[in-house]
Order: sequence, then structure tokens, then C-alpha cells
Amino acid sequence: MAQFRTCPDTGLYFHKSAESLIKANAVAAAVALLVAGILGLLVVLTRWQAIHLLPADQFYMALTAHGIDALIFWIIFFEMAVLYVASSVLLRSRLATPAWGWVQFILMLVGAVMTNVAIFQGNSSVMMTSYVPMQAAPHFYLGLILFAVGALIGCFIFFGTLVVAKQEKTYDGSIPLVTFGAVTAAIIAVFTIASGAIILIPTFLWSIGYIAHIDAEMYRVVWWGLGHSSQQINVAAHVAIWYLIAGLVFGARPMSEKVSRAAYLLYILFLQLACAHHILVDPGISSEWKVFNTSYAMYLAVLASMIHGLTVPGSIEVAQRGKGFNNGLFEWLRKAPWENPVFSSMFISLVTFGFLGGITGVVMGTEQINLIIHNTIYVPAHFHATVVTGTTMAFMAVTYFLIPVLFRRQMILPGLAKIQPFIFGGGMTILILFMLGAGTLGVSRRHWDMDFTGAALGFDYPGMAYTLMGIGAFGGVIGVVGGAAFLLITVGSLVFGKKLEPSAGLLQSFGVPLAASCYTDKRPETLPRAAPLPAGHHTSSFEAPGTFVLALVLLVSFVVYYFINWKYLASVWPLS
Amino acid sequence: MTSFMPPADRIWWKVPVGREEIVWILIALTWCLIMFFMMPYWHIYGKQNLSNEAYQTTPAKYGAKVQEGIDQNKVGEEAGVPIIHPPAGSDVYMLARLWQWWPILELEKDKTYRLHLSSMDWQHGFSVQPININMQVVPGYEMVLTVTPDQSGEYGVVCNEYCGIGHHTMVGKIYVKE
Repeated sequence: MAQFRTCPDTGLYFHKSAESLIKANAVAAAVALLVAGILGLLVVLTRWQAIHLLPADQFYMALTAHGIDALIFWIIFFEMAVLYVASSVLLRSRLATPAWGWVQFILMLVGAVMTNVAIFQGNSSVMMTSYVPMQAAPHFYLGLILFAVGALIGCFIFFGTLVVAKQEKTYDGSIPLVTFGAVTAAIIAVFTIASGAIILIPTFLWSIGYIAHIDAEMYRVVWWGLGHSSQQINVAAHVAIWYLIAGLVFGARPMSEKVSRAAYLLYILFLQLACAHHILVDPGISSEWKVFNTSYAMYLAVLASMIHGLTVPGSIEVAQRGKGFNNGLFEWLRKAPWENPVFSSMFISLVTFGFLGGITGVVMGTEQINLIIHNTIYVPAHFHATVVTGTTMAFMAVTYFLIPVLFRRQMILPGLAKIQPFIFGGGMTILILFMLGAGTLGVSRRHWDMDFTGAALGFDYPGMAYTLMGIGAFGGVIGVVGGAAFLLITVGSLVFGKKLEPSAGLLQSFGVPLAASCYTDKRPETLPRAAPLPAGHHTSSFEAPGTFVLALVLLVSFVVYYFINWKYLASVWPLS
Repeated sequence: MTSFMPPADRIWWKVPVGREEIVWILIALTWCLIMFFMMPYWHIYGKQNLSNEAYQTTPAKYGAKVQEGIDQNKVGEEAGVPIIHPPAGSDVYMLARLWQWWPILELEKDKTYRLHLSSMDWQHGFSVQPININMQVVPGYEMVLTVTPDQSGEYGVVCNEYCGIGHHTMVGKIYVKE
């Protein structure tokens, strides 16, 4: 019999089995974030040339583990939790096949540990991309494969739960927008994992000597079907979280269900092809194919992100104006709850993802411009804006929400929590901006020593490159402090926070009863449709003028920056 | 409270879209189209494009071509690396291997060369600094770039694809003479 509990603060329903799984995945994610953060600190302190902390072998080992723990393990464990929330919790449905949920969790855990062991044994410092013919230990690939199989199971449990919810009529009408976003993420995840299987399974077989040769260019093409698409899962997931938090904090309703859902559909249709922008300066790939993939495909996905970039803050503005914050263009934003980390973290995520991550991503994904950016430190600067200040801050925002609601603990250190998003977001923004600058000066990514110590032939970077890398690394240190504050607050709350009511943890899934019986066998009431808008609401005037102005600021920055880069490209040697 | 609740209207896809969103979608779509046209435009009118000329090869075959180029055009040596001065307009062969760019090139300003690149072992990154031109160098593939250096000076070739413990020592040279 499925057992449910109601959150007295939010009215959300938790299916006991789902609740335990959400907690397990969220905690595993936090552990991965902790490891990734420590490694990130070691990496920035090494690339800060004045400190140059680690020796070369340890630096490459730390950088490999940092990439995999942050980009894969932290984010995908958390996304499993998001999928369970978006299906079981939001739809008030029992989770389909909870036992398979534990298979998901254990496979991912074993995979994550196995790959980390392989890296720290020292023979698998191959970076996250593990480009062949550089070879890692077999269990490096095997761990990733097990992890991916676990994630795939998680996606199918999610789809199964949608079917259960539909059949048992746990909701009225169509699925909510947030769940729709999670469906998008899960669909992208399925074909991402398929790409991963196509390339990682042969590579594993090659590492144990069963296959003689893997073509290096084929590896790059297929691997990026995994590597880039997996970042699109993040985008779909964190946009869903933006909508969720806009609803939770402001009671915001989507400006248009049709527009927001159509934008998600564009992600599904066009994102997979966009991974071509990683191989724009590779041998043997035609311009027609590159232009097709980066423009036709990627720009329609970019269009989708530009739409969400308007509709998420727009929905907040409409909700705030409805509450009377109507003065001028921006009172709704000034009077937003900036002291609430759920909001501030989400809003920083939105702004940095658009202004830093989005613009730089499109610029460097342009066929010709890529040749002045490929493999410079501009690239990690870009994806730290998308996955750190973008995805990670959205996940942090929802974690602040889940501590009291899911874990039933009062948050400790509320004063620190108020400023944590600004420390983390501010530090990482410094890191990103200055690494972008250093990349423009040609500083290489994944490089231990910009002094080229021991090289037979030398090259001197301009002094400015050292300055930019130093300031960027300093920002990285502040970011790590902000990340540590996040873990201190969240993990500390789980351990030391005041207990609100009992809620199911890991043990309850295996039959250990809770102290108080707060769960009932009673099925939750059917999730009703949202209240209709008051009559005459739809007018032809602009509902969210402030947001529209912000969107135009984004557009102008985008256009100016885009053409600056063409100008810069025009200054390099003619090539044809 | 509706982003996480089913839409108020059962037939939500028939609810009219606000003007603000329509205007923004049109603006964004226009911008995406402009960005699309910029790439073909640059292929026609711009000077920095990739030829996409590439061949499958093997380290042995490619290494022999590089050696031939050195035998014909060697003009000196620096730190044990041969310097070649190939004739303008000719095919110039350079290889990447752990952890060297081989040989050093001496080119003439404003002359055009067909520069061939391939790797003998792992993947490498051909990054000419400070002019900042970056290419992926992949074993088994020979890439041909038609390049016209239009500024004289001494350029470093940094490897910017991670290639193991000696990655940071992998620096080559290109001299562009007046």
C-alpha cells in the first residue's frame, strides 16, 4: 500500500518510497559536490600561476576528477531527485517500481565510486572527455557505463510514474509545466545515454584489449552526442526549476502555457544536433554540416532559451504587479525577496545563465569564430557560467526549499544562507569573466603551466594574461567559499537542524518504522487544475514591461558582443 | 501557484498568447536568422574560413612526408628541432607528437601556404599564439589549412589539447619573415 505524508507548510504530498529516494539521491549529489569543490579549489590554486600549488600529475588527476564529479555525478544525482519530485511529488502519485529506484541509486553510486577510484589510482588522468587514443583504466569507463545505466533506469521510473499518475487520475487536465520540463529533460537524457553507450561501451572493450582500434574522430563526434546533450538535460531541468521557484515563491503562473511548452519542445527537437559546435575546427567535417548543425539546429534551441529567459522573469513580474508592486519598470524586482536564498539563488542562476553562459556559448559555437576560441580557457569560462552559476545555483535554490519541506529540518545559519548565493554567484562570476578575458588572449585550457617550464622552445604570454588568470582564480576561491557555505548550511541542517516532524529517510524504505506515524494509506486528493484567471485579464497591453526591457538589454549585449568577436576574427591570419 | 499545477484551461493550447511574448519571439527569431546568415556570408566575403580539406592517413605515411619536407627545405636548427623554409605556395608538413611540434616553420609574410597537420600518437591542439588560431589535431587525419600569415614576427605553437604529463612542454615555433 502506498503511504503518503502531507507537508503542513506547502501542502505537497510525499510518497514514502519516493521521499527516501529523493533524499538518497540528493545526499549523494551533495557528496559529489563536496569532492568536486575541493578539487576545484586545488585546480584554481594551481592555475593561479603565482601559487601554482599542485605538481603536473596531480593537477591533471584533480582536473579529471573535478570535471567528472561536478559535471556528471553532482548534477545527475541531483537530477534523479528532480525527476522523482517532478513526477511523484508534483503529481501526487505513487512512484512506479520503487525497488527499481534503488537499483538506479546503487548502480549510480557504484559507478561513481568506481570511476573516482580509477582516477585516484593515477592511471586515468584523461579528462572528462577521455579522448582516444589516450587510454584510461578499464574501470574508469565501466564506472561511467554503470552510472549511465542507473540514470537510464531513473528516467524510465519517471516515465512509468507519469503513466501511473495518468491511469490513476491523480491530477486533472494536463501535466504541470514543471513536470513538462522534467519530461523534456528525461527524453533528452535517454538519447544522451544512448550516445554514451554507443561510444563508451566500445571504448571500454578497447581498454581491455577486446577491440583493436577506436577512430579518434569518430570518438569525438559520438562522444559529444553524450557530452553536450547531457548539458541540455541540465538546461531543461534548471529551467523547470526556475518555473517551479517562480511558482513557489511568487505564486507566479506561466505567462503562456503554449509558449513555454513549445519552447521545451524546441529543446527536444534541436539540441542533440547542436553538439557539432565542439568539433568545428576538427579535420574532415564539412562546413555545410557544421553550419546546419550549429545554426538551424542550435539557434532554434537558443530561441527556446531566449523565450524562457523572457517568460520566467515575466511571470514573476506579472505576479508581483498583481500584488501591487506596480511603480515604474522595476519595483517588482527591487521588492522581490532578495533575502530568501531560494529566490536569490534562482534569480542569479537566470541572469548569469543568459548573460554569461548563453551569449558566450552562441558566440563560440559560431563556425568561424570558434577558431579563435577552441580549447582556450574561454571554453571552461563559458560552461562554468552555464553549469555552475546556471544549473548548480538553480539546484542550490531548490535545495534550500527542500530542507524544511522534504527533510523536515529547520535550516541552520539563516544569516549565512541569506548571503550564500551572492558569495557563490559573485565569486564564480569573477572567475568566469576573467577566464573569458584570458581565453581571448589565447591562454590554453587543461594546461598545467603557462610558463612552459622545461619546454625546449618557449612562448611568453602577455603579462595581462597572468593578471587575468590570477584575478579569475581569486574569484574561484571566493566561489569555493560560497560552495562550502552552501554545504555547511544544508548538511549542517540535516544533522543539527531542529526536527520539524518525522519524515522517511533511507531506512524507512527497508521497513524500519518512523517514530510517529505521520504517513497514511489514504490516497491524496486529485491535484486540481490551477484557478482560472479573473475575467478580462488578458489585455493587449504589455503585462511585464520591466522584463521586456531586461530582455532587450540582453539582446543588445548579445548583438554587440557577437559582432565584436567577428571583428576580432577578422584580425587573424587569412585562412581558407 | 500554477507552474506546478495543471493549466487552468483544459484546452491550454488555444489560449491566445500575449503581445509581449509574440514580439519577443519575433525579435529573437530574427536575431537567430541573422546569426545563421553570418556564417554563409563569411564563407563568401570573409577571409578566415576552414577549407575542410582533410585526408585519412597513418603516422608512418604522414611522418615520411614531414621528413621529406625537412630534407628538402631545412635551413637550420633550434633546440634540436629542424627549421624549414618552404617555397611560397607549397605544401608544408608539420606533425604533432608527445611532446613536440615538428619542424619549426619559417614562412614569408603575405605568402600563401598549404599547411598540413596531423598527429603521430594522441590528440593535440594546434594553437598559434599570440595571434590565437586554434585547430584540433587528430591522429589518423591529415588536415590542410591554406594560410596566409599577414603579420611578421615570432609565433609560439602551444598544444592546447591535453596530451599527458608533458603537455605543458609541447611548444613549437613559426617565424614569419618580411
